[in-house]
Amino acid sequence: MNRFKLAYGGAIILLAALASIAGSALVLWAIGASPWDTYVTIFTGPFKDVFGITEILVRAVPLILVALGIAIAFRSGIINIGAEGQMIVGILAATAVALALPGWPKWALLPLVILAGALGGGFWAGIAGVLRAKLGVNEILSTVMLNYIAAQFYTFFLRGPMIDPGELETGSGTPQSMRLPEAAILSRLVPGTRLHTGLLLALVLCVCVYFFLWHTTWGFRLRASGAEAKAARYAGIRVEGSLVTAMVLSGAFAGIAGAVEVTGVHHRAIENISSGYGFAGIVVALFGALHPAGIVPAAVFFGLLLVGADMTQRSAGVPANMILVLQGVIILSIVSAKMYLNNAYAQEKVRRWFSPKDPAETPAKTGGQA
Amino acid sequence: MTHGFIYNILSLGVPFSVALLLASLGENFNQRAGVFNLGCEGIMCMGAFLGFLPSYLLKTGPFLPYANLLGFALAMAAGVVLGLLFALVVVTFRAEQGIAGIGLQMLGWGVAGTLFRHFIGGVTGVEGMAAWPIPGLNRIPFLGGILFNHNPMVYLAFLMVPASWYILYKSPWGLKVRAAGTEPRAADSMGINVNRVRYQALMLGGAMAGLGGAYLSLCQAKMFADDLVAGRGFIAVALVYFGRWSPLGILGGALLFSIAQSLQLAIQVGGIKFPYEFAVMLPYVLVILVLALARKARMRGPTHLGIPYNREMRY
Repeated sequence: MNRFKLAYGGAIILLAALASIAGSALVLWAIGASPWDTYVTIFTGPFKDVFGITEILVRAVPLILVALGIAIAFRSGIINIGAEGQMIVGILAATAVALALPGWPKWALLPLVILAGALGGGFWAGIAGVLRAKLGVNEILSTVMLNYIAAQFYTFFLRGPMIDPGELETGSGTPQSMRLPEAAILSRLVPGTRLHTGLLLALVLCVCVYFFLWHTTWGFRLRASGAEAKAARYAGIRVEGSLVTAMVLSGAFAGIAGAVEVTGVHHRAIENISSGYGFAGIVVALFGALHPAGIVPAAVFFGLLLVGADMTQRSAGVPANMILVLQGVIILSIVSAKMYLNNAYAQEKVRRWFSPKDPAETPAKTGGQA
Repeated sequence: MTHGFIYNILSLGVPFSVALLLASLGENFNQRAGVFNLGCEGIMCMGAFLGFLPSYLLKTGPFLPYANLLGFALAMAAGVVLGLLFALVVVTFRAEQGIAGIGLQMLGWGVAGTLFRHFIGGVTGVEGMAAWPIPGLNRIPFLGGILFNHNPMVYLAFLMVPASWYILYKSPWGLKVRAAGTEPRAADSMGINVNRVRYQALMLGGAMAGLGGAYLSLCQAKMFADDLVAGRGFIAVALVYFGRWSPLGILGGALLFSIAQSLQLAIQVGGIKFPYEFAVMLPYVLVILVLALARKARMRGPTHLGIPYNREMRY
């Protein structure tokens, strides 16, 4: 029976993967690109040199952080689509703190900057959390709207109060902030590449999230609220409070992702800095089964996809928007597959379909296995 | 002066409401049938691109007069296809609707963007649809210019309000839709195929969202860009909540938004100092406010909204 279970799960995952590949191949074919060549470029291109490999990890860092937050929210029964906006607010907060305290030593400034990012992101997500808990506002809609609002705030600050004075002097007016002070910059792990120590932070936080969700009372409360709100309420858990907590934590992780991205990669707030990590993080979280141990490989895989997609744009002329198509198809396949993976009923149906005339299979016996 | 100011705002605001209105009325069918379709945004993106494409390709040819029609047809077809895809995922596979909707949004947005970048490249304008003033009615002082001096899609969209009211409340199919969203089990025992009704509602909703998208590119902006839709699909979903699942309420919501938008434009043109970004932000803030202030007690939506129907499952 176990072998069947494994085969069943494997078959579902394989089908979902095939559907994703075929779906995006259809779009590639429509724009006259060879799907095979494109996939080969995406999956092998980044491995050609050290820079490409480190670049995969550079992309994986914000993805891990965002996905951890998303996983906390989803596990607690609240859907956070607003990581993009929370990341942006985190970037604004982190940049503001870093620029406001230029003389501070690194050991004090850097943690403070990242904390500011977490607070910014947490605050932005908290709005949606409180609205959901107190007024029943659908959190999907409010987080989506908060994304658009955050994006406008961001351009407002970059064009106005936070613009690099140098840009105004030269008159070029590129909307970007001043360069962060040296003390607020994460050091590089591999010289000559963009890989920074944020990777270590992301991995440490993975372990923290695992312990928090599965080995603390607080984490249990969140998961219970998400798994079965009614039962949790009967058990005395304040479900509404859990929703807000989960949302704030979720946003804090997105904010940290933003702070790490600005202090580790760009070293100043520039336009399009979040570049879709907030949305890709949702896909990574789902792909990683909402578990830290799954999120890390999923983030590396999507980091590869992102770097590869950039390469196809340069070499094969496939627009980078293709990554959105891929992500969309993957989400649709995952959520479809998920309903069959842990569905004992569907599994039983398939099994009977393969052995229809097995007299030994009575409902009583199979009921025990489900 | 104030008379002219109000006239300008209203005569601009009415056509602005059409894309929201069409998408939102379509989404209403989805939600009434029990399906929460956040992919509306993605469908609108595809609709906007495909609506624009024929006009762009036939720019110089003799078929230009038919380009608009072809564009609308293509947009609706794309909406039906994406609606079917969404139905497959959330009705047949019973996937979580909120997340699947985000997937559909990314897919529609991504496909439209990819095709646009590949085939067109940069932002290009099209002729778009000309106004068809209704003879006689457009002479009515004040109201004539506000209501009867627009392109035909505006009239069509406003006719869709009573039409969708009639379909929902007076037609047998509308009864099935409402039953599928509120009491799917009872509907099933009365011999209504709940999943089939949901498929049909999603196809209809998709077609209307596609049409709304095409309206944006052909009638409103008269061009296409990656971010043309800019969250209008999500606003359309929010409007369904705001309008409490009634076509008339949705019309009110759509007009509120479009008039706010034209007011914001008027303020900008009028030279009142106001950061541009805050003006752009306004509709999104409005959505959150509207959702927050709508009284929860009176939000009696379809009870099975977002819950997949599984006839073989005990509740």
